[in-house]
Amino acid sequence: MTDVRHLDGNVLAGVLHEFFGREMTDQLGCCGHCDAVNALGAAHVYLEAPGHVVRCPNCASVLIVIVQHPDGMRVSYESIRWLQTRS
Amino acid sequence: MSFVTRGFRGRRRLEGPPGRVPPGQYVTTEFPVLSAGPTPRVQLEEWSFTVTDAGGDTLEWTWSEFTSLPTETVTVDIHCVTKWSKLDTTWEGVSLDTLFARVGSPGSHALFHSYGGYTTNLPVEDITGGKAWVAFRYEGEPLTSEHGGPARLLVPHLYFWKSAKWVRGVVVSDSDRPGFWESYGYHNYGDPWREQRYAGD
Amino acid sequence: MAAGATQFIDETPRVRSIVLDCHDWPGHLPGQHIDLRLTAEDGYQAQRSYSIAAPAEGDRVIITVELVDDGEVSPFLIEDLRVGDRIEIRGPIGGYFVWEPTRGGPLQLIGGGSGVVPLMAMLRASVRSRSDAPVRYLSSARAYEDLIYRAELETVASEESGVEVVHTLTRNHPPNWTGPTRRVDREMLAEHVWPPAVSPLCYVCGPTGFVESVATTLVELGHSPERVKTERFGPSGGVRR
Repeated sequence: MTDVRHLDGNVLAGVLHEFFGREMTDQLGCCGHCDAVNALGAAHVYLEAPGHVVRCPNCASVLIVIVQHPDGMRVSYESIRWLQTRS
Repeated sequence: MSFVTRGFRGRRRLEGPPGRVPPGQYVTTEFPVLSAGPTPRVQLEEWSFTVTDAGGDTLEWTWSEFTSLPTETVTVDIHCVTKWSKLDTTWEGVSLDTLFARVGSPGSHALFHSYGGYTTNLPVEDITGGKAWVAFRYEGEPLTSEHGGPARLLVPHLYFWKSAKWVRGVVVSDSDRPGFWESYGYHNYGDPWREQRYAGD
Repeated sequence: MAAGATQFIDETPRVRSIVLDCHDWPGHLPGQHIDLRLTAEDGYQAQRSYSIAAPAEGDRVIITVELVDDGEVSPFLIEDLRVGDRIEIRGPIGGYFVWEPTRGGPLQLIGGGSGVVPLMAMLRASVRSRSDAPVRYLSSARAYEDLIYRAELETVASEESGVEVVHTLTRNHPPNWTGPTRRVDREMLAEHVWPPAVSPLCYVCGPTGFVESVATTLVELGHSPERVKTERFGPSGGVRR
């Protein structure tokens, strides 16, 4: 029996680049639930759903949800405290 | 700009018998597993289903109590918003009419909650009158966890994201609150025959 | 952008590398991937991500594709695509699972099945740039004939003093095989991976179960989680639109 296991954030690199206009997976994010800081590339991604759900690798809280609307891509911020670029 | 790729045909998409498949859907013989998060592992000894009515009163069933309720076996078509439809799926479960029989204040709106945190909202009139079940057997076998076991909601006349997996209870009230996918831009109601996939459709 | 298929290399019975010519390719880092989109005549589209198998070299982009049983895209790429065909690609993509020689090492690469593709780009980059960083490459495959890039790896390991290659074969092995013959486990990682004391940069890629087990064990063995980067392949191999 297969479990729906998560993928890594880097699987969304193309989608995130399309939305934000820059490479996002090497950027850091702070979870709004547990305060863990990780690169977005290390987030747990549930791809096979009506949208892409990005969860904190530490506590599994939903960080962001990406839905491809007919009108455009919507990125919903659920529980992400901040994002930070790498210098 | 997209261009046609010479020789590419894509997965063979069956159209299905006329009138059975809503617009924009294709028929699959597989049963794809879609999930927004980790599969919850719920021990049957810990499992319960709770109905909270509009007055705040609760009814609760343990697994053995729940599975002792009268059940129905139904064969229905299911339609996922990601465009696949699966015809003639057979489920066994407890009708929401049975669960709501002793509910004092039925309210107009229901919000279902699942183990793992998933939620989905529906009008009470769309889950009563023989339209919805809490199902725990699929094709004659106990429902597997990847497909929502121990028990999931089954509301076949709406897009399948409304058929919440790993369901643990329902809260009824007079106000409508959007569930998980509804709050991220999916349609609040989700009728596949009117192709109500996204908010605004 | 449109890329033209210029050459095919059969790596194993189920794996083929495809050399693409991408006009004005901006270059890429080892570990990055491309998104490939195919459009059928009725407008149906399928999209998959493929890791780039070699470091940047002008307009040349090489991907390595494994045949997925009952797949939708890989059978087309492996059996139907012809030299001269054009396909739509987007890239390069990814900034997390990348390594370049300037990042140093020691470098530890661990791949399961076709998870070795982005790792091979890193290894080839290291060799080409004559990097000082020593490299250890550990791969897992079902059988000898399933080892992708096998001949090249043998050559590199024998000619480059800073590169060590270990393969483990999990289902069957030839009679004269001297390498490990089981799934990657804690004992194998403890034996063949750079010790935590030298603080290696670890890149783990492959099917989800493989990556999860290897990454967890590396951390248990004492490797710092920030120095273990993972790329899991899902069953479908990419984002679906």
